Amino acid sequence: MSPVDGAGASNPNLPVDRAVTEGRMPSTDPQQIPELQEVDCPPELRERIETLMSRYPEKNSASIPALWAVQERYGWCTPDGIRQAAAVMRVTPAYLESVASFYDLLHTKPVGTHRIEVCTNISCWMRGGDELLDAFRAAAAGEDVFVTGFECLGACDIAPMACIDQRYFGPLLPGEAETAVGQLLSGDAVLPEKSLEKRPLAGDTHVAGASGGAGDSNDGSAA
Amino acid sequence: MPHQLETRVLLEGAEDPRLATLQGYKDIVGGYATLERAYRDMEQDEVLKSLEDSGLRGRGGAGFSMGKKASFLPRGDMPKYLCCNADESEPGAFKDRELMQRNPHQLIEGIAIAALAAGAGHAFIFIRGEYDAQADVLDAAVAEAYEAGYLGKDILGTHRDLELVVHRGAGAYICGEETALLDALEGKRGNPRLKPPFPAVQGLYGGPTLINNVETLSNVPRIVANGADWFRQWGTEQSPGTKVVSVSGGVRRPGNYEISLGLPTRDLIYELAGGPLPGRSVKAIYPGGSSSPVLTAEEAMDLPYSFEAMAAAGSMLGSGSVIVADDQVSIPHMALRTARFYHHESCGKCAPCREGTNWTVKMLERVVRGEATPMDLDIISSVQENIMGHCLCVLGDSMAMPVAAMVRKFRGEFEEVMAEAAEGIDPHVVVAAPVETLGAAT
Repeated sequence: MSPVDGAGASNPNLPVDRAVTEGRMPSTDPQQIPELQEVDCPPELRERIETLMSRYPEKNSASIPALWAVQERYGWCTPDGIRQAAAVMRVTPAYLESVASFYDLLHTKPVGTHRIEVCTNISCWMRGGDELLDAFRAAAAGEDVFVTGFECLGACDIAPMACIDQRYFGPLLPGEAETAVGQLLSGDAVLPEKSLEKRPLAGDTHVAGASGGAGDSNDGSAA
Repeated sequence: MPHQLETRVLLEGAEDPRLATLQGYKDIVGGYATLERAYRDMEQDEVLKSLEDSGLRGRGGAGFSMGKKASFLPRGDMPKYLCCNADESEPGAFKDRELMQRNPHQLIEGIAIAALAAGAGHAFIFIRGEYDAQADVLDAAVAEAYEAGYLGKDILGTHRDLELVVHRGAGAYICGEETALLDALEGKRGNPRLKPPFPAVQGLYGGPTLINNVETLSNVPRIVANGADWFRQWGTEQSPGTKVVSVSGGVRRPGNYEISLGLPTRDLIYELAGGPLPGRSVKAIYPGGSSSPVLTAEEAMDLPYSFEAMAAAGSMLGSGSVIVADDQVSIPHMALRTARFYHHESCGKCAPCREGTNWTVKMLERVVRGEATPMDLDIISSVQENIMGHCLCVLGDSMAMPVAAMVRKFRGEFEEVMAEAAEGIDPHVVVAAPVETLGAAT
């Protein structure tokens, strides 16, 4: 089925790059692995990562969860945090950094205490995602809130939507961005009536315009 | 009450929030009875046979027979693995989110039974990192299932074991590709692997691995409980069963609707999703997520919504996610938005995808900025042709298919947009390209 079926295998004389068939293996040079006593790892972080490692048949599988733990502890994947995780996992810091830099949700640069991701992909864009992103950027200007546009978050039913501190809200009007940021900074519940988790199944809402009216008020703004 | 055109099987009882708890799952839909029967009284081959007879096709995108896939795994004592692909990241798709949030135990029961069919002793749910709330729901449900003895060592005293780990990704569309998912699960950057060997032979940690989508696995308990004929009462000969379809974009009631496959696409869009917004009309749809070639409204509306009908129309059912573009949507801008997504998500491992997505974005940007000529449209088409079939995985094709279809079917609109944007631009004056204006991600 795959277009590259047999490439490499079709000519046994060609060397096959093992990194292509098996994935790249991390550097295991023991010289580069920091010792635990060198890194001053908080005991609870160390325990957390050790628990995570024990869940998998091979410890390296815990690298993404370990980086999540580092990010939770320090707000982002700090170089020190990465060294600490590397010391616990017995892998090189470079390896963990290579993993962290691949994924959009792991931050290798400082970000704010709160994080807002606004979807700007197809369905949200059709219903005003770009305007919503602008509104959030304006509302969060100068605050300790990190705002970014993001690829499809898997909530096109509540378009345009935003993910605020890892919880989904929508459909949102640009005017609600300011309310949301205000609530976030004052510690109140953010837009409780717009929370995805409280929404009924689409087929159970037979009120006209049950989508929240975003499409009507937001003027699609497609072009 | 759901609409009469909906057929709620996987979403049965989903309006009740208690369904997400183990007790609720048992009370409302008689959950875990099939797991008990399968673990106590059924052999591996029996489970496999009922899955194969049902004709259940994978709900993640490729539509391959689930039973057949499971039967590819070799027999023997080596460690085998089952991965549930919950990295739903295709623009337009949000059905797995609904299934996991509302009925996590159905998925866990399906995984346990599928693991029996595959002979796997270790299972993983790879859920995208963005679905934090859903991962919390799964964590709680898995803990309950361990507590009740449906997972772990010596399940229900049958000497069968199954460990299940919920593994959160960290934001990368490519991890939905099965071999990239394996790399990510092994703790690496999520790069796809060359196939063959296929995961059924050499997958996670080098062992035979069965990888299935959330919705596919959620279908398993009922199929094993009620048999293939029961399952085939819905759908068509080649697309049996029901499908949770995500409808979004320019419709009045976007959301997930579970239908019997083969329902007319018109009913799906106009009856269930409420049709286009007031005063607008449907121009085109992506019938199966952003990677499916777009169909014009005329092409799409009379087609039955099934794997075979979409394939015959030159598109695909994919993950079952319909994005509706209404008459207000500019197709060239939609093509650019689509291409940007794949450019952003390309892992960069193979050249046709890395370079192809990059140059497609640049050319489409020239189109909407008015710096292109009609010849550029031919170049765009030719680049798409050269991407298709030449990449390590299907990410490159996923951009090439919809973009090529848009250029082919809406060429006039591309030319109009180009001409309109070019007005007032003096071709003899070189200007610096404007900074990003279209709000691309990051």
